[in-house]
Order: sequence, then structure tokens, then C-alpha cells
Amino acid sequence: MLSTPSSVLNAMTEVLERKMQTMPVPVKVVPAEKVEPNRIRTEEMVLNIGPQHPSTHGVLRLEAVLDGELVIDVVPFLGYLHRCFEKHAEAMTYPQVTPYVDRMDYLASMNGEHGYALAVEKMMGIEVPEKVEFIRVLFAELQRIASHLVAVGTFGLDTGAFTPFLYCFRDREDILEMFEKTCGARLLYNYIWVGGLSHDLHPDVIGMCRAFVKKNRATHKEINDLLTFNKIFVERTANIGILKPDVAINGGASGPMLRGSGVKWDLRRDDPYSIYDRFEFEVPVGTGMMGVVGDCFDRHWVRMCEWEQSLNIIEQILEKFPQDDKTDVQKAVPKRIKPGIGEIYARTETPRGELGYYIASKDGINPWRVKVRSPAFVNLSLLPIISRGYLMADLIIILGSIDIVLGEVDR
Amino acid sequence: MTNTEIYDKLKAAFGDKIGDWHEQTGSEYMKKTSSYADVADTGYIRDVCLFLRDEPELEFDSLLLLSSLDNGDKTLSVVYHLESKAKKQYFALKVTVPENNANVPSVTSVWAHANWQEREAWDMMGINFTDHPDMRRILLDEDWVGHPLRKEYKQPEFYRGMKVPY
Repeated sequence: MLSTPSSVLNAMTEVLERKMQTMPVPVKVVPAEKVEPNRIRTEEMVLNIGPQHPSTHGVLRLEAVLDGELVIDVVPFLGYLHRCFEKHAEAMTYPQVTPYVDRMDYLASMNGEHGYALAVEKMMGIEVPEKVEFIRVLFAELQRIASHLVAVGTFGLDTGAFTPFLYCFRDREDILEMFEKTCGARLLYNYIWVGGLSHDLHPDVIGMCRAFVKKNRATHKEINDLLTFNKIFVERTANIGILKPDVAINGGASGPMLRGSGVKWDLRRDDPYSIYDRFEFEVPVGTGMMGVVGDCFDRHWVRMCEWEQSLNIIEQILEKFPQDDKTDVQKAVPKRIKPGIGEIYARTETPRGELGYYIASKDGINPWRVKVRSPAFVNLSLLPIISRGYLMADLIIILGSIDIVLGEVDR
Repeated sequence: MTNTEIYDKLKAAFGDKIGDWHEQTGSEYMKKTSSYADVADTGYIRDVCLFLRDEPELEFDSLLLLSSLDNGDKTLSVVYHLESKAKKQYFALKVTVPENNANVPSVTSVWAHANWQEREAWDMMGINFTDHPDMRRILLDEDWVGHPLRKEYKQPEFYRGMKVPY
């Protein structure tokens, strides 16, 4: 680099000195204690996070009342995906309701169908063959992994991590391929019928499942390394959206939302249905590993651990599966479903929480009333309570950690 | 404690404000989860729920579901399914009100879960919950007329000037 000649340097210094003499004297900085606190006027602003928004996980409208960036209150507005499931169910016969049930929680259709089939079977007193139970639980756990893959991937997207999303969807393709081989559909199956299944398990699926479990354990570790223990992710999700356990129980939370707050409650363990009592698995709870118990990181951590536990359950199913059982999967499907007069409330554990069906029937082939207790609806009602006092950006993270599916919220 | 024991305890505490015990015939599961006690005096539902939640032997800390039901004979019912996570027991209650005067005290002060469930019952079935902090429609638009899940509900011809096609 050429050095500036000394004559030029002298000239520059002279110019600067002349300028300094004519410049105004800088204003003395007033120390902070002397500023009057009410001198700055602020107002609350209502910001509409509209139904079309990439981060509301569906068509959900949130009206956030903000003071600058601080969230004072959040009011959710629902109903943009309301498709009158309950009124339709009163016009259909019992088997005809199954495709409608698929479309409520479209990311966990197998679990939804399982719950409905369970409710009607308990009402009619139908016992399904053991092979059918094994296939149902296998597919329910595979669907749980598929749903958690979406939840974890989109939660990463909310925080700004673009890579884990596609890694999760790559693994999800394997699961959907298994479902497609068996029943022809990737997302909305109409597979678990009242009293049985629509198709027998495809002979390739058991082999595909074994290969999948091995591959997926590697992905689980990869996502943990990429996302869960990533410093940026931890700082964005720890100590945010804290849900205390007694508020959670009183508010009706269930699933990872409840377990993230430290409450060890899993319907597969505490109120077992189908053949879940034959398998050994742990129930993960949030422990405040990176922050406080019940924050967004804990809910994410519970989902990651549940994913691993589902892989364990699938391995146990594959060991115990009745390979040479040639029973017809439609053996116990009744020709006509007329439960008689009565009511039932039956529930299962879906990836989002406790999905319950309240079915009231008077004598007839149509249900008199079907009410769905959807876990996403109930968990979403806790959003205003857990997001007060955090920043606007944290509100999006909290919404992502609740893991809602609008089809289920609105029905 | 079984259902029937809880019913006896409730009857002992509230006397004739509690009606009959309706047991579901059918499977054991149905009997356990869906047999219900009628609450004859609707005004006392909140006191009954507070008793069920706070009594140390019962400890019903979660409301599982609050659903509305149209009985078809000009009466509406509200069904409460309760669960005790601490003691692993179930109970169900039912309250019946006439259609043209459907007022039920709200249990939002007992379980916060009831807030949105009661809003949905108002929206879909038209059961008004008194003392509810935020009684407005939740799934349908604010200016929708009618309560769809009632059996005699008819589709409106026009909505905001648009003809309803089906």
C-alpha cells in the first residue's frame, strides 16, 4: 500500500482542525435517571395474524394485542376449516362416518380411525381377531412417528431451521409408502373399519418396516444433533411458553403438552386399550433440561423421545407379530351396525393428545350424536394463558410447540 | 371407588338435587366410562362439580368432555365426563333443560377447560351458560343465525345476500 506523502497529511489535518472550530458544541447527554418516565407515550396495537399465514399451521386467525413487541393478549379465532363433521355424522351410517373421521386430524388419520372403531366396537361388544389388533397398533405407532416428524420439522421451520424439515419428510416418505402398499392411500386411508380392516397387511410391509426402523434411528440421532441441541434452537425455545402442571390439568391439556409440563400421563399406559398392555415402553416427561419445566423445549423433547419409544414399540410388534395367521381381517366386521340405545365415551392417545369420541345412539343405523373431543382444540385454548408477556416472535414458537392441526380444531 | 359408590356419596351430600343413576348396558368399558348421574336441579351443577373436584376422596381434577345433546323431545342435555388423574376414576353427569329456556350455570370457574367447550355448546346447540366469561360463537361466524346441531335446524336460504346452494 502506498503511504500518503506527508504534505497531503498536513493539508488534511489543517482542514479537519478548521472544521472542528466551526462545528457546534455537542449536546450534553442527559443521564437516564433524569428522564421523566411518562414522557414517552405508548399504545396497545392489535395485530391480526390472519388466517393465511405460513406459520399458523393451518387457517387459524390470531388477534394479538401488542405493546411494542410484548404480547399483552392473544385471542384465537377458529372456524375457518369447520366442515360440520358432527352434523354429517348424524346423516351417515356408522361405517360411512370413517372417511369423515380421517379428514379431521389429517396428519394422524390412523389414530383417529382407531379411536372411532374402538368406540363403536365397545358399544356393540365386538371382539376383533388378534391379528387385526397387531396391525392396528403397528400402523398407529407408524402414524405417530409420521405425525411427530411433521411436528418436529415444522417446529424447526418456525425457528428458522430449514434443513431438518426436509430430512423429516424424507423419512416420512418411507412410512407413507408402507401405508400406500397396504391400503392404497398416503394420507386419508379409510383403513381401520369398525370390526376389522379394509385390506390385509401387504406381505412386503414387515420387511420394509424392519429396514425403516434401522434407518429411522439414524435420522432420530441426526435430528437431535441438528436441531434439538443446536444452541440457537435452545435459546429460542427454552424458558418460553411455560405451562404449569396444575394449569395444564385444569385446562384439559393432554399429550405432549401435558407431559412436557412434567405430568406422567399417557393413555396407552394409564388406560390401556387394544393390545398396548403387552408392550414395554417408557413415558417421557419434560424435566426442564434446558430451561424451566413446561417450556417449549420440553414439549419438543417429549416429542423426540416419544418418537424413539414408538420405534421400540414397533420392534416389539415385529418380534411378536403372528406371521402365519391367516385369519380374514374382515371376519368380525358386522353386516349391519345397530348398537341399540346407549352412550359411550371412548378415547385413544393420538400424537396430539387424548382424542375422545362421545357417541350417543338411539335405536337406528345412524348415530344420534357424535361429539369429538379433539386434543388440538383443547390445547389451543391454553395459548392465551401461556403466551402473555413474551415477545411476538416467541408467540409463533409457542404456537408451533402446541402442534395443532386445524382440521381437528375446527372439525 | 367405583361409579356407583361415587354416586352414593354424591346422593348423600346433595340429596334430592341429584336424580337417578343411569347405567349403560353392554360392555364393562361402557359401564365404567359412560354411566351417568342425572342432576335433577340444574342450578346446582356448579356446586356438584366443585364438590367432585375438591373432595379429597374424589379429586376429579379434569373435565374430559362437555358435550351437548338434543334429546329429540324438545329438551336439550349437557353431559359432563369427569376424570380423576390422581385416583384414576371416572364419572359422568347429565343435566337436562327445556329447549326454549336452555340456561345452565357455567362450570368455567371449576375447570378452565370448560370455557371453550361451553362456547361450542352455545354455538352448535344454543345452550346458554350463565356467568360464562366470554359467551360468543366459536366455530361459526358471529352473525350466523340458528344453532346447527338442533334436530329441527333448517339451512338458511340466504346468508349475507348469497344464496345457499344446497
